[in-house]
Amino acid sequence: MKFGVVVFPGSNCDTDVKYAIETVLKQPVDYLWHQEGDIAGYDCLVLPGGFSFGDYLRIGAIARFSPIMKSVEQFAGNGGLVVGICNGFQILLEAGLLPGAMKMNDSLQFRCQDAYLKVENNETAFTNKMMPGNILRVPVAHGEGNYYADESMVAELERNGQIVFRYSSSKGAVVPEANPNGSTANIAGVINKEGNVLGMMPHPERCAETLLGGEDGKLIFESIIDWHQGGGKLG
Amino acid sequence: MAKLFQEMGLLASEYEKIVKLMGREPNYTELSMFSVMWSEHCSYKHSRPVLGTFPTTGPQVLQGPGENAGVVDIGDNQAVAFKIESHNHPSAIEPFQGAATGVGGIIRDVFTMGARPIALLNSLRFGSLDNDRVKYLFDGVVSGISWYGNCIGIPTVAGEVYFNDSYAGNPLVNAMCVGLLNHDELKKGVASGIGNPVMVIGARTGRDGIHGATFASEELSDKSEEKRPSVQVGDPFMEKLLLEACLELIRSGAVIGMQDMGAAGLISSSCEMATRGGSGMVMDVAEVPRREEGMEPYEVLLSESQERMLVIPRKGKEQIVEEIFNKWGLEAAVIGHVTDDGMLTIMEGDKIAAQVPATALTEECPVYRPEAKEPEYLSRVNAFSPEDLPLPKDCSEVLLSLLASPSIASKEWVYRQYDYMVRTNTVIGPGSDAAILRVKGTNKGIAVTTDCNSLYCYLDPFTGGAIAVAEAARNLVCSGAKPLAVTDCLNFGNPEKPEIYWQFKEAVAGMSEACKRLSTPVVSGNVSFYNETNGGSVYPTPVVGMVGLVEDLNHRCSMDFKEEGHLMFLLGQTKSELGGSQYLSVIHGKDMGKTPSLDLDTEAAVQECCLEAIKKGIVVSAHDCAEGGLAVAAAESAISGGIGCSVNINTELASHELLFSESQSRIIITVAPKDVEKLMTTANKFGVICEEIGTVGGSTIEMTVSEKLQISVSLEIAASTWREAIACKLT
Repeated sequence: MKFGVVVFPGSNCDTDVKYAIETVLKQPVDYLWHQEGDIAGYDCLVLPGGFSFGDYLRIGAIARFSPIMKSVEQFAGNGGLVVGICNGFQILLEAGLLPGAMKMNDSLQFRCQDAYLKVENNETAFTNKMMPGNILRVPVAHGEGNYYADESMVAELERNGQIVFRYSSSKGAVVPEANPNGSTANIAGVINKEGNVLGMMPHPERCAETLLGGEDGKLIFESIIDWHQGGGKLG
Repeated sequence: MAKLFQEMGLLASEYEKIVKLMGREPNYTELSMFSVMWSEHCSYKHSRPVLGTFPTTGPQVLQGPGENAGVVDIGDNQAVAFKIESHNHPSAIEPFQGAATGVGGIIRDVFTMGARPIALLNSLRFGSLDNDRVKYLFDGVVSGISWYGNCIGIPTVAGEVYFNDSYAGNPLVNAMCVGLLNHDELKKGVASGIGNPVMVIGARTGRDGIHGATFASEELSDKSEEKRPSVQVGDPFMEKLLLEACLELIRSGAVIGMQDMGAAGLISSSCEMATRGGSGMVMDVAEVPRREEGMEPYEVLLSESQERMLVIPRKGKEQIVEEIFNKWGLEAAVIGHVTDDGMLTIMEGDKIAAQVPATALTEECPVYRPEAKEPEYLSRVNAFSPEDLPLPKDCSEVLLSLLASPSIASKEWVYRQYDYMVRTNTVIGPGSDAAILRVKGTNKGIAVTTDCNSLYCYLDPFTGGAIAVAEAARNLVCSGAKPLAVTDCLNFGNPEKPEIYWQFKEAVAGMSEACKRLSTPVVSGNVSFYNETNGGSVYPTPVVGMVGLVEDLNHRCSMDFKEEGHLMFLLGQTKSELGGSQYLSVIHGKDMGKTPSLDLDTEAAVQECCLEAIKKGIVVSAHDCAEGGLAVAAAESAISGGIGCSVNINTELASHELLFSESQSRIIITVAPKDVEKLMTTANKFGVICEEIGTVGGSTIEMTVSEKLQISVSLEIAASTWREAIACKLT
């Protein structure tokens, strides 16, 4: 299975994602510079974290116009797997590939810490190696990760099973104290209606090795690989 | 002219020397060049002779002081480059941008050497958090560091924050960067090869930061606010692009040398590169890309606009340089070429704007050996004898007060704003004795720390300086690393005052002695003088940044207690040494007494013993006893591990001496009961006192001294007190 990591000027988790896929999960992976248009031959595209274009305008608002984004949209439209992590999630929101919007953290400060994620939907390309209600420990590191959706949108997301992860306590309680940024309904990760595009604020690539304090993030990459090897269906 | 050179901060004698060196009167542009290059900040004119006494060599040293950063070998053809630098004055005036650009500057110093930056550290000092202005400075500095470091994607993994009234008007903001490189990628800031082009790369040049170096070489006063335009504005996104482009450029082999344009901008980078290369340069200021119109030549030369590099590519390789910079969307302009006449010739179009021998700006700068005199306050503060103090009524309360004091309290409020995990190398992050970063593709780790207890230095700069080095090395050892080398940031008051110069000389002498004994040479550093506000100096603060090597990451160590039933041992000996302690300072309001003694042979033995025990896999946690003494060290290990402890010691010392003395060369370690014998064998081998002092377990922190229970605090209360203290102060 071949991965592509999209690199925007200012991306800074590109090498981390590549390392996790290549060295930990032993899968082929290339960087794709934001000005490239040709993304033929890839099975999954990852938009990594960072500060694309410095985040000087509304986050992701410039990156979504990078030439590669047309190809990413087409790729997603054809059912290709796309993962946006942190800044990548923000860019996917700006590109309209995922519903909702992002605000400053409630604390008005950047927050770097471990978060616990409750798996809300394990029947996706990204979570099939988990069980519903599983708790993953995955770090967050962002200043604007306060996901916003209005009530009707949240209801729709819930109906469609689009909410994949919610911030919870280590025991799985979805409570305000477990929410690091103020996200609506503790939402930490969502998929599109079709189920092939995932956006999440936490960083799975930062916890794919025991040396770094945990391996929970590996489950997401393993799910993707399993899903692909199973012919794009849930095993 | 007389008035002009004075306005520019030069002395009459200095002006005379300039005329002699030039063989004529300098013009305005030339005088400006001298004024910044001969400022303390650029020239080190008051500190150079003293700095020459530092040990700077060793088998591990690949590059010592004098370059943009020091470089040490870590085996396997790999090396680390690192340096620490101050940005105190800008941060006192504009904390957010002052701190942010401090981070930006030190990152450039490291990637200039061809190293990929892998970690940032910060050593910060502020006044009391009860002061609103201090709160503003603290919040601004932390936000600025967070903004710049997070955006550029280099993890901020360690550092220190202290609070003391002496820093109220003049905070210290010292930023350190560590980079990784292969030996053959090492690049120096050298201009050589006649006819090679001189290029300016990165951001455009504006009027910001002009005379920033001169501003940094004055005391602060109520009028300093007027110097706000001397503070630069950072652009971490630009620097991220510059970083990637420069590393790509170095790997391409098209470059002879490069240097960041930091203090004194184009003029300092060009004359320093020419001096190192024994060459000269012709540069046309009209070719420098600008962001404003109508800039005078001296403004272009002195501008401290951030995120700019001066690069000397090989002749004929300009194309490669341009291609790489185009890819990253950066501007690169050829502004001149290297010559062999030793002159810095500044053109403005076809007019000569200035012509000065490069070495006149650098090596010819006058050097001063100011008078040094022991300050009068010393005999008064040293005379205080803590033995006369009454025993505290309740040592539990004392412990909680110490845990709640901002200098000791958890710095989580600070470091949770820093991305300390990006680049996925952080094996041990902020909050332990030292941070550890793995080196991908190997089983090695790099351990990093900064340390300085300035109260010790205030009471005894020699011993305080030595302790700063010893503690840094001890912190690395506690994490399982062999200390390699030092970068220092020497923050002092006005060196023209004999008492300040005495502090400076003593501190450097103490540091030198410790560096020699612990085999950690100084490979880079920075001096920051004039840290005074309206005549009052900061405590002498010689910050030590130290880098060590963890040879096998399986044998790393952290400070947190691990398991019920593990046994606590104290390496080293507690003495009646309450002088200079946080106990005296926080509980009794006295920054007094004698600094704890330091015996370097004992220190070395304790460190060697601890490191060997860690490498043997005997030690499960290690934490050095620092501010707050044994009681605070044990409490910190308990809180971090989420597990209590019960300490029981019989001693001739008074209870508060045993619990809160800050005697040096002590480490609390924990081991599994089965390993006790191996530990004792190791301790005997090094002749180190190793006493069992308690047991890990339970949900309280209990300490019994000479059969009497002195401290009993629930772990939960200790933890919340320690964790929430700083946030509480800010709300």
